[in-house]
Amino acid sequence: MAITLNINGQDHEIDVDPQMPLLWAIREKAGLTGTKFGCGIAQCGACTVIVDGNAVRSCNTPVATAVGKAIRTIEGVSANNDHPVQLAWQELTVPQCGYCQSGQIMSAVALLENSPSPSDNEIDKAMAGNICRCGTYPRIRAAIHRAAELTK
Amino acid sequence: MNQHNLTRRNFLKISTSVAGGLMIGFNLPTTAEAAAGDATEINAWLTIDPDNIVSIVTPQTEMGQGAWTSIPMMVAEELDIPWESVRNVRADANRHVNNGDLYTTTSTGGSTTVSKRHPYMMQAGASARERLRVAASKRWNVPLDKVVAKQGILTAEHESSGKLQGTYGEFAADAAAVTLEAEPAIKAYGDWWLLGKEVKRLDVPAKTNGSAIYPIDVSVDGMVYAAVQACPVPEGKLVSYDFEAVKGMPGVIAAVELKQVKDIAAFTDLRSAVAIVAESWYQAKNALAVMPIVWDFGRGATISFDSQTAEALSLLATPGTLLKDEEGNIGKGMDKGVNHDAVPDLIASASKLVTGEVYSRPFEAHATMMPPCAVVDVKADRVDVWTFTQDIARSLSEVADQLGRDTKTVFLHQTYLGGGFGGGYNMDVHRQAAAISESIGRPVKVIRSREEDIAQDSQRPPVWGTYKAALGDDGLPIALVTHFVGEEKMPVFSQRGVANMPYLVPNRRHEYGAVKNHIPIGYHRAPGANSNGFIVEQMADELAQAGGWDPLDWRIKMTEGIEPWQRVLLAMKEKSGWTTDMGNGEGMGLAIVESHGTIAGCVANVSVSRRGQIYIDKLQYFINSGYVINPLGAHEQAESSAVWELGHAMFGGLQLREGRIVNTNFDSYTLMRMPDTPPVIEVNLEMSQDQWWGGLGEPTGPPTPPAVANAIFYATGTRIRTTPLSKAEL
Ligand code: FES
Ligand code: FES
Repeated sequence: MAITLNINGQDHEIDVDPQMPLLWAIREKAGLTGTKFGCGIAQCGACTVIVDGNAVRSCNTPVATAVGKAIRTIEGVSANNDHPVQLAWQELTVPQCGYCQSGQIMSAVALLENSPSPSDNEIDKAMAGNICRCGTYPRIRAAIHRAAELTK
Repeated sequence: MNQHNLTRRNFLKISTSVAGGLMIGFNLPTTAEAAAGDATEINAWLTIDPDNIVSIVTPQTEMGQGAWTSIPMMVAEELDIPWESVRNVRADANRHVNNGDLYTTTSTGGSTTVSKRHPYMMQAGASARERLRVAASKRWNVPLDKVVAKQGILTAEHESSGKLQGTYGEFAADAAAVTLEAEPAIKAYGDWWLLGKEVKRLDVPAKTNGSAIYPIDVSVDGMVYAAVQACPVPEGKLVSYDFEAVKGMPGVIAAVELKQVKDIAAFTDLRSAVAIVAESWYQAKNALAVMPIVWDFGRGATISFDSQTAEALSLLATPGTLLKDEEGNIGKGMDKGVNHDAVPDLIASASKLVTGEVYSRPFEAHATMMPPCAVVDVKADRVDVWTFTQDIARSLSEVADQLGRDTKTVFLHQTYLGGGFGGGYNMDVHRQAAAISESIGRPVKVIRSREEDIAQDSQRPPVWGTYKAALGDDGLPIALVTHFVGEEKMPVFSQRGVANMPYLVPNRRHEYGAVKNHIPIGYHRAPGANSNGFIVEQMADELAQAGGWDPLDWRIKMTEGIEPWQRVLLAMKEKSGWTTDMGNGEGMGLAIVESHGTIAGCVANVSVSRRGQIYIDKLQYFINSGYVINPLGAHEQAESSAVWELGHAMFGGLQLREGRIVNTNFDSYTLMRMPDTPPVIEVNLEMSQDQWWGGLGEPTGPPTPPAVANAIFYATGTRIRTTPLSKAEL
C-alpha cells in the first residue's frame, strides 16, 4: 500500500504493508538509519522517535498510525549537530558505543520540550524506557540538566 | 570532526590521502612479545597530507571504549603534532591479513589497546618524526641535531640563512624516502605532552546526530534481508523445515539452510540454522516465526541450570582437581611454595575452622545494544563484508573459510560497533550472511532478532565456589582451600582471580571442577574475575569477620608488602569514610579485585528498605592501573564497567531450562536502567602512578557486586551468595 510519511518536515512516499512497524519504514524505506533496532518489543528505546511531540517506540508502532503526523528522527533534531541536547551530549562525552544514543537523545528532546527544567525524578521516569548497555546513565542525567541550562 | 563514514566520497578521500602523502611503515616487536620469545612482525602506518593533516590508522575496533582516540594519541605523542591536526582512519583488514599481519593484531579486547600495544604505536610516531627531521636536515643542509620537530613544524637555526622553518607536510615526501640507521627510542613517562591529558573521544560527535554507521546501517545495491534461527537448544541440529508453508507471505524470497560443518560447533563455526530471505527484515522475521521447523535438540535438551547446579554441588562435596603451581600464577609474591600438600592436615586439625557455604553466579549474555548483524556481498571475484567483530582480521578469514575463497579477495570494512564487551569474538553472523549471499546470489543483511541474539550468544559461564580456612591465634588464616566449579567449555574462567588472589595465606590449595554444558561460552568483560570476584571478596569478608578483624584492615594486613594493592587499600581507608556500622538499614561494603593488570577497589553504600528493597546510594572506586593516558576516557570506562556489572548483579541472570535460554529479550532478561543507577559514582585515579600499563576497559566491574553484597550484609545481617541480588529475600 502506498502511503505518505512526513519525516523531519519532508514527505516520503513509500509502498509498505500498513502493519509494518514505523521503525522499518524509517530505516529501510526512507533510508534514515540513525533510528536503531534493539529489541522489537518496546523495551529498550533504541528506536525512539518523536511523533506529534511525543516520544514513541517506533518498533511497535504500525506505520499506518503515523500517517498524517509529524515524525521527528535523530536526523531532524538539528541541521548542524548543535541542538542543546546534542551540545550537552558532546560536552559531557555521553555516547560510548553510541548505538542507544539516538533513542536517548530523542527521549531527552521530548522530555525537555514538555518540561524545560526536569528534576532527577522526571528524568528517571522519562528515560526509564531507554537501555544503555554501555552504562552512560550518569552522563545522560548530567547532560539533560546541562541541556536545560543551555536552553535557558 | 575526524569522522570518516562509509560513504564512497570518504573512501576515496581516505585512499587519496594514503596514496598522496607520506606513508610510514615500521617493523618492531613489542617488548612484551620479544621477551616472550614469539616476536611477531609488526607494521603500522600513518599519513601526513601536504596541509599538515595527519591520518592515523586504527587497527582496533571502536565500541565506545576509545580505541579510535587512544591509538592516534599514542602516535601523535611521539610525532609531536597538534591534536587538532589528527584524523583517525580505519585499518584495511585485507591488507593486514595478506601482508603477514601488517598491524601485528587487529584483536580488540582484554583492555589491551593501550596497555599491550603502546610500544609499536608510539614507535610509529617516533619513527615518522625522526625521518622528517632527517629530511629537513638534508634539504636545509644543517646538522641533524640542529633540527627540531615540534607541533607539526620543523625548525633549525642556520649560520648564514638564519631561522629555517617548514611544516611536516612540506617534508613528508622527502621523509618517505628516508631510511633510518636506527629506530629512535620512545619517550618515557614524564616526557609526555599529550598522553595523560583529558582528550575527548573523536567518535562522539557522529554519535549525537545519527551519522555514525554500524553494520546494521550499511546498504548495498540489490541488498535483501535475512532473519535466522539456529536450534534453540545449542548444539542441536536442523532436521527439516517447511518453506512451502510461508513461501506466499509478502516479500518472502527464499529459505536457506545453514549447515554446520563440524560435529559440535566450535566457537566461530557456522551453527546449524535456517534463514528466511525477504525484501524487508520485518517480512523475513514474520515468515520465519511461523515456518514449521523440526529440530534434533541433541544432548543439551536434558541440561538445565538446576541440573548443572546439582552436578556442581555434588562435585563440591568431594575434593576437586588440584590446581598446580605451574598451571596458574598462584599468589602475589608467593608464586612458589604455597604448600598445597600441607593444607588438608592443617584444615583437619584446625582449632578454629571457617567453612564457607556455596556461592554461585549464573550465565549472563552480552546483549550488546546492536544485535549481531552482518552485510555480505558475495560476487564472483570479490566478497565485501561489514560485520559485528572485535577482530577484523579473524572475521575476514572466517568469511574466506566459509566460502572457500582466497583472503586476498575478501574485503572487510570496519564500522562502529554497537557495543562489544567480548561478544564480537565468537561470532558466526558473518558466516551466516556469507552463506546466504552465496546461496541466493545477492547481497544480504542478516540481523539477529534480540531473542535469537540472547539465545545463541556465547555466554559468560556460570560458576559455583566455596572454601574452608583454618585460622591462627591472631584470627588470620593459616591455611585455605578454595574449590571452584565452572563448566566444561572454558573451565579456565573458574580460576581467574582465585588462585592469584593477593592474600598472603601461608598454606593454600586451589581445587577445581567442571559441569556438563552445551551452551556456547565466550569472553565477557573481565572474564572470570567478574564472577569469581563475587565469591573471593565475600570470602575475604567472612574470614575477616570470623577472625575478629575489620574487613578493610584484614585486607591491608593480608597484602602487607604488596605495594600496588596497599596504595589502593590505604586510599580506601583514608577517603571513603569507611565504617561497618552505619545502622538504620544502611551499610558500607568493600571489595578489591585485579583484572587486566589493574587493581580496582570499590566501596558501596547501600540502604535496604523495610520491605527488602535494595538501594545503592553511592559507589566509590579507587583504581591503580599504572599509567593513565586519558583520564577522561578512564573515567568513562570506569563508570561504564561499574554500571555494566552492577546490572548483572542486581537484575541479570539467564535462565536455562530444557537446554535453552528462556529469558531472551529485555522484558525478561532485565538489566540496569536509569532509575536503578546509583546517584553517585565516584572514580579516584590518583593512586595510578606506577610505571606499568594496566587496562581500563573492564576492571571496575568485578569488585562491584561483592562490595554491594558485603554492604547488604552490614545493612541487614544477611549474606547473599548468588545473583541477581534484587531477588534475594531480605
Ligand atoms: S527496538 Fe523499539 S524499544 Fe527496543
Ligand atoms: S552508548 Fe552503548 S548502549 Fe548506550
